[in-house]
Amino acid sequence: MQATGVKPLIAQPQSRFSAQGSRQTTGALSIRNVSKAYDPIGINVLAVNNCSMEIAPGEVCMIVGPSGCGKTTLLNAIAGFHSISEGEIWLDGELLCGPDKPKAEPGADRVVVFQNGALFPWKTLIENVAYGPVVQGRLSRGDALEKAYEMMVGAGLGDLIDKYPGEVSSGMARRAEIVRALINDPKVLLLDEPYRSMDELTKSVMHEALLEMYDRTKVTIFFITHDLEEAIFLGSRVYVMTTRPCSLKKVVDVNLPRPRDYRILSSEQFRLLVKETEDAVHEEAQKAFEAGERELA
Amino acid sequence: MASTAASIRGAASRRTTFRQRIVLLVLSMTRPSLLRGIIALATFVLLWQIGSTWHTWTGFRLPWIGTVPPPTEVFAIWAGLLGKWGYWQSWYLSFTRVFSGFIAAMLVGIPLGLGMAVNRLFYDMTFPPFEILRPIPPLAWVPASLIFWPTQELSIAFVTFLGAFFAIVINVLGGAKSIDVRYLRAAQSMGAKRWHLFWRVVLPGTLPSIFVGAAVGMGITWEVVVAAEMISTGGRGGGGGLGFFIWNSYLGGSLPQIVVGMISIGVAGYMSSSLIRRLGYWLMPWRRLF
Repeated sequence: MQATGVKPLIAQPQSRFSAQGSRQTTGALSIRNVSKAYDPIGINVLAVNNCSMEIAPGEVCMIVGPSGCGKTTLLNAIAGFHSISEGEIWLDGELLCGPDKPKAEPGADRVVVFQNGALFPWKTLIENVAYGPVVQGRLSRGDALEKAYEMMVGAGLGDLIDKYPGEVSSGMARRAEIVRALINDPKVLLLDEPYRSMDELTKSVMHEALLEMYDRTKVTIFFITHDLEEAIFLGSRVYVMTTRPCSLKKVVDVNLPRPRDYRILSSEQFRLLVKETEDAVHEEAQKAFEAGERELA
Repeated sequence: MASTAASIRGAASRRTTFRQRIVLLVLSMTRPSLLRGIIALATFVLLWQIGSTWHTWTGFRLPWIGTVPPPTEVFAIWAGLLGKWGYWQSWYLSFTRVFSGFIAAMLVGIPLGLGMAVNRLFYDMTFPPFEILRPIPPLAWVPASLIFWPTQELSIAFVTFLGAFFAIVINVLGGAKSIDVRYLRAAQSMGAKRWHLFWRVVLPGTLPSIFVGAAVGMGITWEVVVAAEMISTGGRGGGGGLGFFIWNSYLGGSLPQIVVGMISIGVAGYMSSSLIRRLGYWLMPWRRLF
């Protein structure tokens, strides 16, 4: 598993619509010795330090770590919003960013779903979902709306197509946002704490919806979270990150069977995995806390 | 399949039928806020009537309001004016000046504000002179523009333009700059290029601020046009308009006619800003929720 993404895989054809079955062969994300230093007014702050990860195609990769440790910096580098200082990031044998090209080009093969949601308030949900294919010139507006409609019905949003984001609940908005990402047929879905501000009940519904979408598409997911139970419930692997500067501390393989539902939450195996992750995370959280104390002193 | 597609497109465009519109219009007439508005206006006119005729019943003239002609007198004069071509000519002239200045300010101000927001170099080069010119009251431009522009009409239009221009630019600039970076990033990550970012994110994201600027600018435009008309009465050509109407009534010593002119400006200003509100309502359907 670990070695899959290292060397370039076969070049992918332009359209991957019909390639549902071979889906697991795309979306290998390889992060190699990546460092990122911020340089505000001459003081170097190291956010990410020599971080390496190999994410297999179709893996649900859950990133956990203390607040402010640099997880989002890593996500922004993959998405192409920020540059990196050292190292390389590869996606399916294509160099996203490296020494000669510190900032990746943002693109629809790596769609981001943001912490606070970023549906365009001036578009209805269906127009939001159809945005990607239209703006890329891949589908006509009519075809994009039709495809958006199909996907939204599949995600249980059929009644809300004509609503504006301000008119629907945060859970529905987030679900629409994930559909808006998936319509682009991305290789990797980048999620930055998408369910952070939601209550537990909504969250559990959202988790099952995401798992259902994952089981259908098998898209590689790069998912940042603080919630360990969420990480283990959803993930194929949980990557525990160290406190700032961020690097990989521990990888927990989640060998729970798929498809999963909420009953797994009460299984012995699940509790053991949470315990294992918790120990690693707690240690880092403690370090982060103490570092914070020192800074204040 | 084709019919679903059509219905999706139909639903997505949110069109209302003619019948629905009639129903909405009737509903809006019966809404309590309209009734309250009518009562408020009637009360205002009644208090005015009592205030300005107080001395005829009590012998005591109220300060200020006692010297104002009562509404009965004003409306009588007004009714007489409604049939006069000159009165409507004043309306026409002021409206033309307001809208030519205002539309010119929108046409220049919106692109300028957006350009300043999206391009750092352009911002650095334009903002300092803009900020120095902005605090100069439009009326302080009157003498200079009378000298500068060949006709008086153009001078007035220029001063009205300035009134709206600064309000529009500063609002567009602020609105475009405060667009959440998440929207831009989301669009980029879905494959939007620079051009798309501008047309499909920056522009709709700035639209609410454009309308705030337009509403403020429209108010200033009316203030400026009336003052400019009053000042520019003497010269050849130009002249006229509701500002001149008031000034002329003052020179002629007709107090009720002054009040007619004032109320006319109030009504004209209200019509102009409700036009902008309607336009905003129509262009920003997502804002109807709030």
